[in-house]
Amino acid sequence: MTYSLNFAAVWRSFDLLLQGLALSLGLAIVAILAGCVIGLITAFALVSKSILLRKPAGLYVTIIRNTPILVLVLFSYFALPQLGIRLGKIESFVMTLAIYSGAYLAEVFRGGLIAVPPGQREAGLAIGLTEMQIRTSIIIPLMLRNVLPSLGSTMISLFKDTSLAAAIAVPELTFEARKINVETFRVIETWIVASCLYVATCSLLAALMRAVERRLAVPR
Amino acid sequence: MTNLLEIRDLHKRYGTVEVLKGVDCSMRQGEVISIIGSSGSGKTTMLRCINMLEEFQGGTISIDGQEIGYETAGGARRRKPEREIARQRALTGMAFQQFNLFPHMTAAGNVMLGLIKVKKMSRDQARALAEKWLDRVGLLSRIDHYPGQLSGGQQQRVAIARAIAMNPKLMLFDEVTSALDPELVNEVLQVIKALAEDGMSMLIVTHEMRFAYEVSSRVIFMNQGRIGEEGNPREMFLKPKTERLAEFLKTSTFN
Repeated sequence: MTYSLNFAAVWRSFDLLLQGLALSLGLAIVAILAGCVIGLITAFALVSKSILLRKPAGLYVTIIRNTPILVLVLFSYFALPQLGIRLGKIESFVMTLAIYSGAYLAEVFRGGLIAVPPGQREAGLAIGLTEMQIRTSIIIPLMLRNVLPSLGSTMISLFKDTSLAAAIAVPELTFEARKINVETFRVIETWIVASCLYVATCSLLAALMRAVERRLAVPR
Repeated sequence: MTNLLEIRDLHKRYGTVEVLKGVDCSMRQGEVISIIGSSGSGKTTMLRCINMLEEFQGGTISIDGQEIGYETAGGARRRKPEREIARQRALTGMAFQQFNLFPHMTAAGNVMLGLIKVKKMSRDQARALAEKWLDRVGLLSRIDHYPGQLSGGQQQRVAIARAIAMNPKLMLFDEVTSALDPELVNEVLQVIKALAEDGMSMLIVTHEMRFAYEVSSRVIFMNQGRIGEEGNPREMFLKPKTERLAEFLKTSTFN
């Protein structure tokens, strides 16, 4: 081994990495929030009695989950403009990640929904609540408690998927790291630091989700 | 004077299986009717049609003269709009075999939910009513406990308080003691008895024959989707007229 570690060059560009991380987080937050809304609606469609809701929702989940996200990202950015849908890099990526998250979260939420006993809905109906009131006051709160553990790992996965935005030159963490790598030739140092930033952020995210889980735990 | 509950020629099918084959029943304000019968006789299904937890294909159910669940216009029978059905469901209260308390809400929260969302009460008003009714079922000291922290009997008493607090015209009890350990049955039956003494109109599906005998003003015996026999509890339990009822009573414990 003739390579000797020297982090100085990476530290000089550390600001760039932090800016990249901030953008990664921003992309992830917007996309996952939108994905939660899409996922929730899709999950209710998936468990609906109506085949007119179930089929399209199932098709969406099947197509999106079985396409690599990198392909979706490239498709949105390069192919959609040919069809007249022209979006900026960031908008294009956020939209793609939102649609991708929506499909994964729909499956997570669906699992949580079918774990809510039917008696809960009936008890709500019996006191005169409407289906919508039952969803917001009973079904969704119980579903969320069911899915929190798997929701945490899905969110961490989705956060890491923001690194694929580098493929269309969105200046997030991976893109910035590659730039520093090319400019400084400190290959090992750059990628070690970038990895550490991902690990630290994901660990924080996991801790946050565990805190939410504890806070929402039903006392028994 | 119109009857509180009027069931006419009630028919209910699950696919091709007919579980209710024409049930007629009327009930006056303040009556306590127990419905007995072997499993599969249609007693729970009948109860669940009254608050539209089950759809039914024929016949009518009216509460206070109001037709429940369906309307007939121009010869066509249509399900009423969901909002209207939700409003009609609040005419009745129901307690379930499995309690079905909302596990993420305290005892008070369970009672308050319908008061706030359906009766549009303020939190303070709802809380006051929750206190009143939880006190009545002997659980004021558990008002801020979650269902998971309560025994089965306590959970069922909270569930009854949740239903009663909505001020229903008619209470429906669906085998409310069947899921309880034997030593917890009595505390629940005592609560129902107290409600009967207050003049609450109640339909009680039960396997507790002694209880049915003591609390009811009338007993209905369901047999294969029809009313097999009905009458006052003394006649029904001591001098059954039909062979089916006599047989049923022989196989059930009257203790």
